[in-house]
Amino acid sequence: MAADTVTPNNTQTKETMNIVIVGHVDHGKSTLLGRLYADTGTLPVGKIEKIQAICKQQGKEFEYAFLFDAFLEEQQQGITIDTARTFFSWGNRQYIIIDAPGHKEFLKNMVSGAARAEAALLIIDALEGVKDQSKRHGLLLSMLGVKQVTVVVNKMDLVGYREDVFRGIEKEYREFLTQLNVIPQYVIPASAKQGINITTNAPETPWYTGPTVLDSLSHFSLVAADVDQPLRFPIQDVYKFDARRILVGKITAGQLKVGDRLVFAPSNKSAAIQSIEAFNVDQPPMRASAGQSVGITLDEQIFVERGQIAAHEDDGPLVSTSFRANVFWLGKRSLEMNKYYVLRLATREIACEVSAIHRIVNANDLDDRQTATAVQRNEVADLTIRTKASLAFDSYITSEETGRFVLVDEYDVSGGGIITEMVRDEQEGLRTEARERDSAWVKGDIGPEERAQHYGHRAAVVLFTGPDSTGKAFLARKLESVLVAEGRHAYLLDAENLRRGLDADIGEANANEAVRRYGEVARLLTDTGLLVLSTTNPFSLPGGTVAQAIQTLVNPTPVVTIYMSKEQESLLPDATLTFLGPDDFDARARQIIETLKQKGILAETVGAQPAFQFSI
Amino acid sequence: MKHLRQLEDQSVFILREAYKNFENLGMLWSMGKDSTVLLWLARKAFFGHVPFPLLHVDTSYKIPEMIEYRDRLAREWRLNLIVGQNKKALAEGMNHTKGRMECCTALKTEGLKLLLEEKGYTGIILGVRSDEDSTRAKERYFSPRDKNNEWDFRDQPPELWDQYKISFPPGTHIRIHPLLDWTEINIWEYIKMENIPFLDNLYLDQGTGQRYRSLGCEPCTSPMKSTSKNVDEVIIELRNSKVAERAGRAQDEGRGMEQLRKEGYM
Repeated sequence: MAADTVTPNNTQTKETMNIVIVGHVDHGKSTLLGRLYADTGTLPVGKIEKIQAICKQQGKEFEYAFLFDAFLEEQQQGITIDTARTFFSWGNRQYIIIDAPGHKEFLKNMVSGAARAEAALLIIDALEGVKDQSKRHGLLLSMLGVKQVTVVVNKMDLVGYREDVFRGIEKEYREFLTQLNVIPQYVIPASAKQGINITTNAPETPWYTGPTVLDSLSHFSLVAADVDQPLRFPIQDVYKFDARRILVGKITAGQLKVGDRLVFAPSNKSAAIQSIEAFNVDQPPMRASAGQSVGITLDEQIFVERGQIAAHEDDGPLVSTSFRANVFWLGKRSLEMNKYYVLRLATREIACEVSAIHRIVNANDLDDRQTATAVQRNEVADLTIRTKASLAFDSYITSEETGRFVLVDEYDVSGGGIITEMVRDEQEGLRTEARERDSAWVKGDIGPEERAQHYGHRAAVVLFTGPDSTGKAFLARKLESVLVAEGRHAYLLDAENLRRGLDADIGEANANEAVRRYGEVARLLTDTGLLVLSTTNPFSLPGGTVAQAIQTLVNPTPVVTIYMSKEQESLLPDATLTFLGPDDFDARARQIIETLKQKGILAETVGAQPAFQFSI
Repeated sequence: MKHLRQLEDQSVFILREAYKNFENLGMLWSMGKDSTVLLWLARKAFFGHVPFPLLHVDTSYKIPEMIEYRDRLAREWRLNLIVGQNKKALAEGMNHTKGRMECCTALKTEGLKLLLEEKGYTGIILGVRSDEDSTRAKERYFSPRDKNNEWDFRDQPPELWDQYKISFPPGTHIRIHPLLDWTEINIWEYIKMENIPFLDNLYLDQGTGQRYRSLGCEPCTSPMKSTSKNVDEVIIELRNSKVAERAGRAQDEGRGMEQLRKEGYM
């Protein structure tokens, strides 16, 4: 099969726009697309003739839809299975038109197509009227961020071009879209098969005075990146190919310039932009804005890694372990509560679970189905999601790209969602404390990078959690000995040691305050570059809660948790390593040291120029 | 040229996602205009470095200038070039007279499979574009291939916003397509804007009234009639052309590409 489309338009391209065609199966999406090309003379030479010959050979009537349904199976079944991306130049615009499948079974393909579109043509069959997928697609468009929609009421030839039929469908669908806060730009009566109102206004619909489908495309406006929005620059990677340490990523909102002070969320580290790096340019750029993939260097060697979001001071994203969201689920298995999924938001990847299902949205009447315990494939639901550690994000209406996320089940991206609001978690107080303390922190001339180079390791907290009498304290002491023997700077800080000193003024009942104070002491010690070891035994709180509170306070210093238990437990707690103990402590200590190396906390060798896997 | 910068930004983002998420990554380079633009974009993404090997599946029937150009750029740009070849099939005398599909399958598809198996790549970056061919129009940016290298186009993963498929079962791999949204004209506009060195003596008319529009193996690729002697003329020619880009590529006839690509062809 030869190439699909060429661009015979002789005008200089000034801009590009992605448009998706959606709607219920068999309402004529592919036919409309084929007609658009055919009637504008933008198909390659011989394309129609070739398809006509194939149809004749197979004894089928020629259909414009065959122009883009490339797969043999698609032509045989007369349906579109997967989205086709086709190029169409008209005026000074180059359109990428994405033909999405309308069959419910291929909803994930429709979503893939619509997710990259700036505008949509939604097709409704005049004879069949508004159907399931007409509504579901409308709902998904609004969730995917496609705000410009033109509705085409197709197959008007089958209803004798009757205005009352058209007006009826228009009224019904407009009312539906209004509930989603979507206002269609136009509603166009058309017949793709007969070429009515596709590229030229037709006498068959004298009562219609609006634009043709072709004209309506040029009325979609380009969504210009809003440079006045607060800056969001999610870090994609950190490169050290040469002397430069370059932070790269795509700016998702706002703009940045050389000299700007950036704060990275959720770590709260801060530094100023020293340069914007670029390849094959005369002058290095001084500023960059939303949509651009850039690389910057900082004036200070602070710890930054993939997943953090850079913003300007006092204008940063929200931070929490919990938020409410509208999620559409496309997974092969249903979305369950009490099960871990991987959440990906901008460049951050983090484990999460559904902590509440508030309602399932029925696309047909936008009504709710209450009391669901799982979200089935192709359903849309209002959920609360809880992440394992603090996450930086925005609400979708504030900043689109950092306000949406996908959920990964095993290997597959299985759902997507938009964040409606932050839910305050119990860490909120500690998080504010850490943020305010860090922003006022008086720094010495020696940064963490220099300490790490000198000591052969980065600072970290290693916490041993689990039930009593599993050998936690013993292993912690063992690990301290082995580390120090290797020349590392490790210190066992048992929480018990704070009780009669720093904690003398608080009673045993004030467990949360004891954890807070321990966390602040750990923050000080890790700032000196130490590896701090402890068990969670002395705290009268669950190990996981203690670990999370300490993590919030020492952020972004890593907290490594070692869970020890006597017997195999069915639901494993959230820990870096899990041991069935007590057993061979020497081997376990070695295993922990290997994990610390894998995590880039310990350098492979102690001494001059240690090599870090991911240092600062 | 704002639209070219938009395409560039998106492709650079995809390349960086690939580099971050795939430990064993390679990029196919056929020396054609598309994969050379892709190579250039990698130099952009990694600030003059190309931090993964460039793979060329050599059928031994390539136009000689292509090989000279390959080796020259590999030296000048300090590329880690790895050339793969299905030596067994060549030793048994495989060539296009034994059937075009057979030859393409043995020397390209199988040649690529051998290279992937030998090096154990989990991510392969390719310069395919949607507007080249109707099956490529249905590709994802990150497109999984199973243990037999096959493409299950009936069940492609969802691709939402900038979130791609980066996790996959052992034994399978991902094909990464940063140029899907580029058209043939965009490629030439970009070559001009960035002043990228290309095979000008093949892609431009050297006074014979013909030039290559798409490069492949010498026996199965034919030049087209054209008097375009520079990139500007090529762009104007393409804006007015209604002939498909790959019309000079014999392998595309009939259902050739669908079958080839299903089985693991680029």
